[in-house]
Amino acid sequence: MKPVFITGVGLVSSHGEGRGVHAPLLAGGAAPMLARAKDAPYDIHPTPELPLDRFIPRREMRQMEPWQRIGVHAAGIAIEEAGLKPQVARMDVTVAAGGGERDAALDAAILAARPDSPGVHKMLLEGLRPTLFLAQLPNLLAGSISITHGVAGSSRTLMGEEVAGAEAARVAARRVAAGTSPLALTGAAMTSDRPELLLLYGLGGHLHDGPWAPLPGRQGMVLGSVAAFLTLEPEGANPAPLARLTAIETSQGRPEGRVARLGALLDRVGAEADMIISTASGAAAATADELAALPRAPDLFTADLFGHSAEAAFPAGLAMAAWAVAEGKARRVLVTGCGQWRGEAAAILEAV
Amino acid sequence: MRVAVTGLGMVTALGGNAAESWAAIRAGRSGVRAITRFDTTGMKARVAACVDFPEDASGTPLVAPERLRRMGAAAIGEALAQAGLSGPFPGPLCFGLPPVEIEWPQRLALGAPDHAGMIAAGAGNASHYQDFLLGGVATWLAERFETQGVPQAVTTACASGASAIQLAIEAIRRGEADCAIAGGAEASLQPEAFIRFGLLQALSGRNEPPEAVSRPFTKSRDGFVMGDGAGALVLESEAHARARGATILGYILGVGEAADTFHRTRSSPDGHAIVAAMERALADAGVTPVDVGYINAHGTSTPENDKMETLAAKLVFGTEAPPPISSTKSMIGHTLSAAGAIEAGVCLLALRDQFLPPTINQDDPDPEIGMDTVPVGRPHGFHAALSNSFGFGGQNVCVVIGAA
Repeated sequence: MKPVFITGVGLVSSHGEGRGVHAPLLAGGAAPMLARAKDAPYDIHPTPELPLDRFIPRREMRQMEPWQRIGVHAAGIAIEEAGLKPQVARMDVTVAAGGGERDAALDAAILAARPDSPGVHKMLLEGLRPTLFLAQLPNLLAGSISITHGVAGSSRTLMGEEVAGAEAARVAARRVAAGTSPLALTGAAMTSDRPELLLLYGLGGHLHDGPWAPLPGRQGMVLGSVAAFLTLEPEGANPAPLARLTAIETSQGRPEGRVARLGALLDRVGAEADMIISTASGAAAATADELAALPRAPDLFTADLFGHSAEAAFPAGLAMAAWAVAEGKARRVLVTGCGQWRGEAAAILEAV
Repeated sequence: MRVAVTGLGMVTALGGNAAESWAAIRAGRSGVRAITRFDTTGMKARVAACVDFPEDASGTPLVAPERLRRMGAAAIGEALAQAGLSGPFPGPLCFGLPPVEIEWPQRLALGAPDHAGMIAAGAGNASHYQDFLLGGVATWLAERFETQGVPQAVTTACASGASAIQLAIEAIRRGEADCAIAGGAEASLQPEAFIRFGLLQALSGRNEPPEAVSRPFTKSRDGFVMGDGAGALVLESEAHARARGATILGYILGVGEAADTFHRTRSSPDGHAIVAAMERALADAGVTPVDVGYINAHGTSTPENDKMETLAAKLVFGTEAPPPISSTKSMIGHTLSAAGAIEAGVCLLALRDQFLPPTINQDDPDPEIGMDTVPVGRPHGFHAALSNSFGFGGQNVCVVIGAA
């Protein structure tokens, strides 16, 4: 198996975009960027203002909703930073995605009118924008990356909340290691001001209520807009890799076995590290289990900096870890995550 | 390393298992009928290849995740039984699935007039939560069949089932697993998703008679017909299958894919991404175009797909004597996330029986197609088949299936 290197990182969060904004946050203690959700009484880490026209032509912008835009933007930063723009035709993309933004105004109108079933159908038929469907489909983040950046190798999307983000990165890394992918792009994007996501995660009883507090002191998730993409290449392919992705492992099973499974992953990747970055969601049971399995308290919770971003949380942890070793803040970083409901992941990044 | 198929399961509008579905497909029967599980007033399309359950007659149809679980479990259970496997499955689950969302009856049942009220009313409803998480159905199937590792809920739109097969054979080839369950399920036949497909102008508005609506390769084709369904394959390294004495049904010889950067819903006008996907599949399988005796088309019955797919096929296979091509979607509809898995299963059964399944409704063939679309099923000697799957977002995946 060939060693795998992270050669480009694109990160968007409520703090802004890119390495210059995010690498200083590794020092910890940065105040969170918070706002109130538009349609629900919850704090969120909002989507920042971005120069989206840097990568996305106007005609493409209209075909996307915010989650796709910040994802395509972050992918563009990663590709550019790695100097891979000339090689996109042979780049493989593996994305983790949930659904995109719904038409909140139309949903609100239906909720207010409370029509019978034929009435709901009539309001949907008359009110839905045809192109919104494509902006919502999970695989259209990868599709929009292909169209906007010309990425023309393979294109795969996995669903499944947090662990899908880790599994997408694992599959991309395994393909590069096996020599079956010459060049991989992997990541995810999620926006936070989303009544349908607050509803879904609220159904699980996992939202934090009340004033913001950092992990692990609070119980519950505070959502944050994040897009995180990484380029992966084999040894020697890129003159200036940021970090070596030494190991990445995932697992899943019933919650009662979570501590043991994450412990087994830590044994497989080798948990000793001079920095630990946890991508814990804040959901109470899963976060407690993650901390119980770790050899010591994490140095950083990505959810404290960016809010929780489901599919994008683990890729964001990898992004921060890559910069930690690239900037000499650590030699060996452990990234961990337990999904709010299911799934565990661990990765080790090392200095080149 | 060859990857063998040792189990096959299928649920379609034509039957609850592979044997029933295949018998009806061989006979050229249509599973398309009027939608009865919800009111279609005002909708342009009113027919589909429905897999209905008793609850659907009640006025409160099953939610999509429950339909996905039932059909997915039936297909996987059938495949495992055929493979002679029971108990914890010693490999991963790679399964094509559609996105799910809380549906309107469940939203309205929360009884709130706005989002904030709905979120407050729904807080802690664990059953809805597990239903509508995007990883919920794959997790339920993985825990039911005790598969290993993270269940992959694969979504590459209408290529999802083929992508799932691809992810599975790659894991086996890399030595991560000796075996895997690959497949897909589809249940987007619920009002909002159906309306959304309709608004994209993707669905046929023909409606009457239902059995004649899905008519790939004809002059009068005007859109696809949605279908429910599921398909599952048990895949093993050939060595693993032989060592345990399993009966080999056929082989997944290779898979190829190519992302199209042209447009969200249309192929590049020169068809180069479809051509690349087919060529990469043949190369991955180590076969040449003359080795392929049959193409199971993506064949959606949209004007665009059938034109571009046959154009690309003629570029790969030549215009002199391209292999026969048929679209079983003419009978089972377009099962979207499940299509790649169901249709790979159809190819395995066609190879087993040395019989070409037909494209029905070929009463006004489009002269631009210029290929044998198999208007009536017939015996045919062949050793390898190509199954095509193309999806919104520039997804193109082709699978080469070999006879046992």
